[in-house]
This record gives sequence, structure tokens and C-alpha cells, in this order.
Amino acid sequence: MARMIVDTANHIAGYAARAARVKVVAAYPITPQTTVVEKIADFVENGEMDAEYIRVESEHSAMAACMSAAATGVRTFTATSAHGLALMHETLHWASGSRLPIVMVVVNRAMGAPWSIWSDFSDSLSQRDTGWIQFYCADNQEVFDTIIQAYKLCEDERVFLPAMVCLEGFILSHTYAPAKIPDQAKVDDFLPPYKSGWVLDVDRPYSHGNLVSPEWYMEFRYMIQESMENAKRIIPEIDREYGKQFGSEYGGLIERYKCEDADLVLMTMGTMGSDAKLAVDSLRKEGLKVGAARVRVYRPFPSEEIVKLSRNVQMLATIDRHISFGMEGFLASEVKASLYAVKDRPLAAGFIAGLGGRDVTAQTIEKIAKKSLGYMHAGKVERETDWVDLKE
Amino acid sequence: MVTIKELPKEEYLLKGHAACAGCGPAISLRLLLKALGRRTILAVPACCTTVIQGPYPFTSSAVPLQNVLFESTGAAASGIVAALHQRNLKDITVVGWAGDGGTVDIGIQALSGAAERGTNFIYVCYDNEAYGNTGMQRSGATPYGAWTTTTPSGKRERKKDMPMIMAAHRIPYVATACTSYPMDFVAKLRKAKEIQGTKYIHLLTPCPTGWRCDTSKTVELGRLAVQSGVWALYEIEAGKFKLNSPSDRLIEKAKRKPVREYFALQGRFRSLKDEDMERIQKWIDEDWEQYSRLTSGSASELSLYGKI
Amino acid sequence: MDAVQKRRKDLPLTPLSCPSVGSMGKTGFWRTFRPKVDYSKCTRCTLCWVYCPDAAITRQDDDSPKIDYDYCKGCGICSNECPAKAITMHREEE
Repeated sequence: MARMIVDTANHIAGYAARAARVKVVAAYPITPQTTVVEKIADFVENGEMDAEYIRVESEHSAMAACMSAAATGVRTFTATSAHGLALMHETLHWASGSRLPIVMVVVNRAMGAPWSIWSDFSDSLSQRDTGWIQFYCADNQEVFDTIIQAYKLCEDERVFLPAMVCLEGFILSHTYAPAKIPDQAKVDDFLPPYKSGWVLDVDRPYSHGNLVSPEWYMEFRYMIQESMENAKRIIPEIDREYGKQFGSEYGGLIERYKCEDADLVLMTMGTMGSDAKLAVDSLRKEGLKVGAARVRVYRPFPSEEIVKLSRNVQMLATIDRHISFGMEGFLASEVKASLYAVKDRPLAAGFIAGLGGRDVTAQTIEKIAKKSLGYMHAGKVERETDWVDLKE
Repeated sequence: MVTIKELPKEEYLLKGHAACAGCGPAISLRLLLKALGRRTILAVPACCTTVIQGPYPFTSSAVPLQNVLFESTGAAASGIVAALHQRNLKDITVVGWAGDGGTVDIGIQALSGAAERGTNFIYVCYDNEAYGNTGMQRSGATPYGAWTTTTPSGKRERKKDMPMIMAAHRIPYVATACTSYPMDFVAKLRKAKEIQGTKYIHLLTPCPTGWRCDTSKTVELGRLAVQSGVWALYEIEAGKFKLNSPSDRLIEKAKRKPVREYFALQGRFRSLKDEDMERIQKWIDEDWEQYSRLTSGSASELSLYGKI
Repeated sequence: MDAVQKRRKDLPLTPLSCPSVGSMGKTGFWRTFRPKVDYSKCTRCTLCWVYCPDAAITRQDDDSPKIDYDYCKGCGICSNECPAKAITMHREEE
């Protein structure tokens, strides 16, 4: 029986791990992720979830344990944030190179120094090059649904890559909201038993990860890129199939809102996408033709979708909850890179907002939109990267 | 104890591998796999064995082997054990096979965590007393006075006592072993296999390349290490300390060969001065006084784990 | 699994290596000295077989050693350890 619950995104992530019949969970605490693994501890200890719960002694060990468990033939799960994710950095590379379909929840939190416990994307976006698929969620329901979708995606033989499902710390992680937990039998139908591309097997022994010379290393890396390209096609298929089965879908790679006739499209990731919709509605009341596009999947980057989105659009405003020091916002760079070859591409302005958990409201986004419309009418972008509401 | 001729003839470390001529670890890994058989899964961090296996697409290991990140042997083994348990696959021995650097330095956290959790696996630290894979840099297991590329005038600190650190975790089985006492190693592995929980074996594996001696001296050096008391063969089983043969006959100082004999064969100790030798000899004698106390005490004193 | 790939499409999805004799080729060519067994002195104790790092010595049915010179690296441990002094080391040129 499907049922509605009201719970935090973190707890809902725990429900999803249970629904996915994860068999090995590596648990380590870090704010604001901790309640994910606490929920799973409850499930395991009261018999509601049949899984090994490894209380590791660091995040590096958490991912190492997941990799070895996945290589030994079971579905695995872990969760982390910020510095925990950063500590895992080396292991993230190894996991994707090993082509292991691990799914990890990243509760986004700002990187230090100095310490911050509040949300931005500096943790997960810093890991964008590691070969992990990255999803960014805007609400609690999406967290549940995306975790299930992610396992199906990662265990597809055309993919066999790990994925992180990102949700913003405190904004979603600790916020109670309604979510539908589907009927387990339907989840089992949608998500078949664990599959991976290889397994440690005493009856068919291999060594994994031996030294690869320059003669073949590039080809193995190319295969990862190919799988990312496959994922780009498969993600919308899975999203649509999930929508048919369970009633919620998210537009595949990019969730569009009123973009069809838009002059200006506001591009965001995560919960800002919801505030952007409110801003769009408000601006439309003033007769301004504005739309919102929420990039749901950052890796693989939906370049083709962005090209399609930009047809007949005059202005793109990207709002980044992270900056790559010495350059600009991650979303800004990759959107512009996607459009480089397009002859009549829109103007693009980049905005940095919400670092370290600073609140970004619909009003803030309206301001961003108005500024962008100003650039649009002037025919040029005055400041390519603008830090929003920066104190003097 | 199993006799040599009872060891299976089948090879699980296949010839033509990349180990240096005279490699101590290779001798012992070969025997470990004979002792434990083909239903063994190895987790191997960055270490000499990473190279010894040989490059893709070949491997010299006839059992499944996962190459794992340097720090992570204990965590990797935890993951394998957990997955096997979930899949209800029994009678598979999980072994972490790691060098000294990957155990006493960078790998200590993951090993400590795995042991504290009572993970059911065997961890063997094969100790050639330096980071061998990268060309002999000092590790926490490098002995006092030894040359390495990062201690060209000899290490100033004593060797970390890793077996006792592991004993402090109150795991059911801790043992020391040496390449030169193969049947003792085999017996310990087979005993460990039958015990539930974390089993730690610290194996001294002489290394001609790093210890600067002729490639033919590997086994002789290990024997001298034990005969001089530099390395003691012992077990700590459920907290009870016991010296093994031939170390059990070496409690009396006169029965131990002078440590100079051991150092004389090794180029890495060439720069040791007389006062260093005396200092080292004194430390060895102190260690043996401790072993003597542990051996001769009453049943409760024998327990290193105290009153739990 | 075919050991040597010639084409990308033949690659496994991630580097999985097959157990093979001679992963580094015929390591016998590393040798400077070669061991020779005097079977009249050999007592069939099999210590040489136990101590060979390279598994280049096979224990035959009568427990005497057979050295595979394709893979013997000439380390000399067998010679050093043989209690009967039945194994001697000789320069390769001889």
C-alpha cells in the first residue's frame, strides 16, 4: 500500500534506501546528513530493513566499504556532506573507474574554512569531475523518487556508474513535508534485483584494478564518457517510466517551467528552482515573458537540452549556489560552453547567490530577473558574474 | 602442525610475476594461499603486491583480488564480509594483505575501525619495514637505525609495536610470524581461519632489495631476526600470550644470538655505530623481559586484555 | 577471457585481469645466476619448493625439485637454504 508521510528529506532518503532493498549501508555522521543514517539504523535494528549496517570510522572508509561490498555483489548506500564528501574524493574516482553502481545521498553543505553547516553546492560541485552522475533535488518527494530512479539507472548495463543524489542541507534535509512512499511491490517491479558489471567470485577469479599502461588507459576512460552519454538518454526514459508507475516525474534532465515563449529563462539547481517558479509567476503578472529551468542532472551535463531550451530565448540568467574560484559559477560556465557552437545563442549572465546557506527568496530571484531583462534590452551583459546582495 | 609435504602442490600465486628476485612477501603470499585455499578473497592496498600481481590484462593471483585504496584495507574487507553475509555465501575467507606502510601508517585507522567492529576477516601485515613499492622510504615499522631513502643517516625512532596495538583492540587472535618459519605461518593462518572475529598476523618479510643484502639471503635473514630476538614469534589468543617455537626457547639472553649477527648481513644497517648497537641490544633485552613476564605469570596475568 | 586485447570493443568495462602464468613475461630472462640441482645429493626435503618466491620449482612425485628456467629469477634462495648443499648457482654464461 502506498502511503503519505510527512517527514524530513533525510528521513525520506532513509525510506528510499529501504524501499530500494539496499543490502549494505556504510554509516558515518556529519551535519546535516546524520539523520539519514540514523533513520536507517532504526529500520535495521527494528527489523524493517534487512541490511548490513557498517558503522565505519570515516567517510573515506564509508565509500571504501561500499565499493568492496558492491564488488562482492550487493546493492549499497551511504550518505555524507561537505568535508565528508571531500574526504571521499579519492574514493569517488576509484568508484567510477571501477564502474560500481553505488548510490550516495549528498546533503549539500558549504565547504570550509571557515566552518559552515548551512547549504550551498560547493561540496558536490567540487566533485563534478569524478565520473559520478549527479542529481539535484528540489523537494522531499523528489529525493525519494530520485534515489529509486538512480539505482535503476546506475545498474543499467549501458551505464554502470555511481550516482550522488544531492539535497540541500536544512532547506530540505531537516524540513518536514509530505511525501508518498509507494507500495513496496510496485518498487520491486520497477527496480529489479542488483546487477553489476563484475563481481569478486571464488569460482571465477579476477584481479580488479591492476596497473593499466598508457596503451589502454585512455580507452577505459572513454568508456566512462560513453556511459555518461548513455545516461543522458536513459535518465529521461526512467523518469517517464517512473512517472507512469508512481505518478511523479521531473522532466528528465531539466525541469522546465513556462519556457515555451520566454524571452528570459532563469536557470537554477535545487530548491532555488521552486523559488524561481514563484518569481516567474509574479513577473508574468507584470506581463514579462520569463521562464524557469531547473537543471536536475548536473552530470552528465544536459548540453543538448540547453541548446534546445535556448532556441528563441534572448537571455539566460544562471543562478549558481557555488563559485569556482578564479573563474565563475559552475552552471554559468557549462551553460555557456554548451551554447558556444550555436550561432544565434542568447546572452548569458551569471549570478552567485546563496553561498553558505544565505537565503535566496522568490523576491531575490525577481530582482535577478529584472536585472537580466535590463541586460537583454541593452543588448549586452554588463557584469558577467554578479554576486547577489553582497554587503559592502 | 601441518608438515611441508601436506601443503597442496597447487599454486595460487602464479610464476612469472613481477616481484624482485628473492622477495620475502612473495614467498609468504604463495604459502598463505596454499594454507587458505581457493575460497579466499584478497583485499590488497597500494603496496609491493600491487606491482607483484603484474599489469592488466594479467594477474598472478589465482584467487579473486580487489586492489583497494591505500588507506582502506580494513574498510574494504568490512565491505566484502558484509556483502558475503548478505548473500549468505559461507566458507569464504576474506584476507586483507597489506604492507607495513599501509598498515601502521596510512592504513591504521581503517584497520582499527574494522577490528573494533569485530569484522570477521584475517588481516596480514607483511612487513618489509619500509614503503617498498615506492623504493624504500621509512614507515612507522622501520626499525631504529635503518637506512631508507627518507632516513639516509638512519631512522631515529623505534619501530611501532603494531601487534600490541592490535592486541589492545581485544580481538580474538593476534600473532607474529616470519617468512623463514613457513609452517608456523601456515598453522597460524589455519587457526585464524577457524576463529570468528578479527584476526591479525604481523609477518616479518625480509626484503633483499630494501634491506640491502644478497637475494639469496632472504630466508636466512628472517631466521636470524628470530634467533637474535629482534623478532619474536608469538600468539595472543583471547588475550593469552604465548611464545612459539623457536622463540619460546630464547627467553634466556644467552640463548639469543647477538643482534650484530643479524645486522651484519644488511646494508641498511651499515651506518650503525657501536652505541646504536648497544642501545638496540638493550631494547631487545627489555622486550624479552616483558615476554618473559607475560609467559611466566599466572593465568590472569597472562591476559593482556585485563578484566573485561 | 582473451588475454591480450587488440580492440576497444574487446575491453571489459573496467580493468579485470585474468590469472595467468607469466604476467610479466618469461621472468627467467632476469637471471644472472642459474641454480643447478645435484639429484644425487638431494634428500627430497622440499624446502627449496617451499621457499621459492616465484613458484618456479615444482615438487615432483618423488618430492625432488624441478626448476622451470623460463621463470626462475636466479635469486639463489633455494641454493642458500638447501640443507644438503645439493643446489649450486652458476653464472648464466657458463
